[in-house]
Amino acid sequence: MYPYLSLGPLVVQLPGLALLAGVYLALLLTEKRAAHLKLNKEHVYNMVFWGLVAGIVGARLAYATRFLSVYLESPLSLLALNPQTLSPVDGILTGLLVAGVYGRRKNLPLRPTLDALAPGLAAFMVAVGVAHFLSGDAFGAPTDLPWGIYLWDAYRHPTQIYEVILALGVFLAVWKQPLGRPGDGLNFLLLVALSGGARLFLEAFRGDSLVWDGGWRAAQIVSLAVVLISLALMQKWYPPPQNRQKR
Amino acid sequence: MTKRQLPDTWLQNRKRWTALLIAVFLLGGAWTQISRLPPPDVAGGAPPASPREGFAAPDFTLELLGGGTVTLSELRGQAVMVNLWASWCPPCRAEMPAIERAYQDLKDDGLLVVAVNTTYQDSEAAAAGFVAEFGLTFPVALDRNGAVSNRYQLRGLPSTYFIDREGIIRSVVVGGPMSEGLIRAKIEEILKETP
Repeated sequence: MYPYLSLGPLVVQLPGLALLAGVYLALLLTEKRAAHLKLNKEHVYNMVFWGLVAGIVGARLAYATRFLSVYLESPLSLLALNPQTLSPVDGILTGLLVAGVYGRRKNLPLRPTLDALAPGLAAFMVAVGVAHFLSGDAFGAPTDLPWGIYLWDAYRHPTQIYEVILALGVFLAVWKQPLGRPGDGLNFLLLVALSGGARLFLEAFRGDSLVWDGGWRAAQIVSLAVVLISLALMQKWYPPPQNRQKR
Repeated sequence: MTKRQLPDTWLQNRKRWTALLIAVFLLGGAWTQISRLPPPDVAGGAPPASPREGFAAPDFTLELLGGGTVTLSELRGQAVMVNLWASWCPPCRAEMPAIERAYQDLKDDGLLVVAVNTTYQDSEAAAAGFVAEFGLTFPVALDRNGAVSNRYQLRGLPSTYFIDREGIIRSVVVGGPMSEGLIRAKIEEILKETP
């Protein structure tokens, strides 16, 4: 694990760099796929961009709201670069809301837009795996297996490496677009279903699972539901034979 | 049959797709059941010691600048902020006044700051000068042989560990300077959750 790189007085957060690279790659791929689907690629790019900006701002404001007196005393802390003062769930919700409103205002059609986002999101998931590898987050359960890695004072499953391998597999599948026809939204659903399946499998080896009563791992229950809903939607979204065209 | 036709054929056939859904549900459910954590793991007990969030803070005993010693495990019951620093490190200099202000404001609520000087890469005289310059009032410990820095896997200065009253690390911040908002928010989080 190489979470930080000290360059003189500067401590570079390598996981953050991996995520930034992931965002850059995701934007590039989204733009490319949007053009391929004959969408207004500028609108799609801006939708993602403003969604990201709103997500970051929303995450910081939500965090500050939780500690209002602190931030009222030192309001400049709102501008601090530290990612630890972000509220991720609120950020994601704000980002999705703003991206959704932007897409609607620009009349971006839902399913083709989702398909345009699919390869970029898949690439970003690979970057998330790399960021986890660098930071040591999303670590594995202790193991005696010969490929266990020494991390956080124990030999553990290298779940971050499993995560990268699975995310690469999902990316390749989504890149090939094996289902339906371009723009029908099936490729996006494929991404969701495969990512959910990957998490369902991977969670069994994690050492930091959120555990519900009875020993159930929360992420597995949620992932299974996500996979089933995506598969059910796939058939619902699959175009009827008379509307199907050859690619 | 080409590669593209195979999944499409499955999607066209409602019965086949429903069968796939049921199979996924059963297999996924079985895997989830197999992966359940047994009761002792759920009950947990104290987490092992390691320098990251969710683990117990590795214990140490160090001599203090000006005399005496500090043992981390003896500080249970207080919210503890361990800050590893050096006098030559600019971000350490930049954030120390904010740490001192937070300490003054919150020490009566149960906050203790232990500033661990990485003396093996600094000097005791420089550390003493630094403390006088900033008028620091919290304990300053001396890591003369680097054992604590090593145990805490120090990767960059400053590094700060926010430890709750049970001795569990709640947050780690590597690099700086930390904003005053970050310092106070992290401390308040601990003080509020475990009064």
